[in-house]
Amino acid sequence: MEEIQARLLGNSKKGRLEKLGKMISFICIAIIVLVVVSILYFVTSKGLATFFTDGVSFWAFLTGSVWNPGNVGENGQPLVGALPMITGSFLVTLLSAVLATPFAIGAAIFMTEISPTTGKRILQPVVELLVGIPSVVYGFIGLTVIVPFFRSIFGGTGFGILSATLVLFVMILPTVTSMAVDALNAVPRYYREASLAMGATRWQTIYKVVLRSATPGLLTAVVFGMARAFGEALAVQMVIGNAALMPTDLITPASTLTSILTMGMGNTVMGTLENNVLWSLALILMVMALFFNILTRWIGKKGAIK
Amino acid sequence: MKLKNSGLMLIIALGFALTACGPVVEQESITVVGSTALQPLVEAAGEQYGAENAGKFINVQGGGSGTGLSQIAADAVDIGNSDIFAEEKEGIDVSKLVDHRVAVVGITPIVTPGTGVTDISLEELNKIFRGEITNWSELGGKDLTITVLNRASGSGTRATFEQWVLEEGQKSIITQEQESSGTVRQIVASTPGTISYVGFSYVNEDVVAFSIDGVEPTVENVKTGDWVIWSYEHMYTNGEPTGLTKDFLEYILSDEVQSTLIEAVGYIPTSQMEVERDIEGNRIPVE
Repeated sequence: MEEIQARLLGNSKKGRLEKLGKMISFICIAIIVLVVVSILYFVTSKGLATFFTDGVSFWAFLTGSVWNPGNVGENGQPLVGALPMITGSFLVTLLSAVLATPFAIGAAIFMTEISPTTGKRILQPVVELLVGIPSVVYGFIGLTVIVPFFRSIFGGTGFGILSATLVLFVMILPTVTSMAVDALNAVPRYYREASLAMGATRWQTIYKVVLRSATPGLLTAVVFGMARAFGEALAVQMVIGNAALMPTDLITPASTLTSILTMGMGNTVMGTLENNVLWSLALILMVMALFFNILTRWIGKKGAIK
Repeated sequence: MKLKNSGLMLIIALGFALTACGPVVEQESITVVGSTALQPLVEAAGEQYGAENAGKFINVQGGGSGTGLSQIAADAVDIGNSDIFAEEKEGIDVSKLVDHRVAVVGITPIVTPGTGVTDISLEELNKIFRGEITNWSELGGKDLTITVLNRASGSGTRATFEQWVLEEGQKSIITQEQESSGTVRQIVASTPGTISYVGFSYVNEDVVAFSIDGVEPTVENVKTGDWVIWSYEHMYTNGEPTGLTKDFLEYILSDEVQSTLIEAVGYIPTSQMEVERDIEGNRIPVE
């Protein structure tokens, strides 16, 4: 009896293996957590140096509209107003999401409700292919096709928020579409069956039952798309014009947080004000990324079907 | 930047690990970081040097003049490349840095073909970049709005251009900016009425290079000092160079490289200059 007990409770080869596996996964997770925490700490401490070390007022940074680090304004404060970039980032993000959402949801409905076979066979691979195209390619297409196109229609240079919006629209479309497809697929089959059994048409079923119950998933998809648009740097930098000016309309050069950040990083010296304000821009980006993350979780919880 | 360094360390560590099982040739490598304008030249020279000297490696990376200067000041790399004098960059401790001027680069304004203007005065150029002249017709060209395109603030090319075109205390209007000379040329070539500036090596048939006050942007005119918009390409070392760093710098400054490679990639050998310049931009004729 005791022998059996010992064999069952004691160390076996498989038991040791399992312990080893657990330990390895734990170490990996711990490293990931450590990396994330150090990134958060690094960006935050660097980003806050602008305000604590260089004495720039936080309010002036957020609401100032003149961006010229390295020069001081009439009041003796450095000219580091980030409002033009913040405005630019939010405008391109919102506009591209507004533009992409109907297309993405339409495509998702087609792929799940109307023609699942064509959807799976043709549209799914196409969408997945679009995700894999590197952003520099989108940027280059924007620079050589979209910018001249808008120039010929509206005059001016063609660089601006409108061009950036269009490039981002194409870039986030596959992300939003594939997540919307997942959301619609997650709607239980018997919802549709019940709706049809009560005499609802296909359109009524889609509109009043499927879309309604998939709303949290669809919103998450849109927010994910926005997060991607907000953080995109390279493609936007190529088509927006990178002028740190408050955008007055959609077809004059503007800038985003990422475009100013990537342009400046290589040319500033670590520890100077010019460098620190770039980290402050990075901090804004990081806070926004966290915000988008929390938002998707909140939507997921709030809208879950009980 | 932290990431870049650790990536570098990894590469170096890997290099050591791999060399351990290679043939018995003593392996050595140095790292050169900085100015993207100088990068192609140093890369080409590094490759040539590596081919001629077995087991010696020159790692070349871009990152911009600011990166080059800050990394060499922190003694994190062996050579830091820059288009501007280290003294001109704020936050750099220049006391230990040793300047090696390996080449000269001429910078010229470029515009889209078809503006109807080919010669311009320095005064007019100044007014364009300060936003006082906004249409090519004011300069006798076509009725076409002038679009000003700048390099990113802190770029060495921009610093040089503004040093010679803008006067003390003057600022360029806030306008479009692009990060690289290649993109600048691409945009100037395709957007009517756009003006910007690039190093001579970037000029091609898609864009028009201005002459200023009748002086054409040619290598000859830079050598004689008639063309004023030019800068040195500096390679800074932290303290006097030793070992491989010294060898490589001597190699770049050798007649062989200066007379072939430097001209082939569009720069001007320092030795051929008939004028010299100090940090303030004062010209000193070479006897």
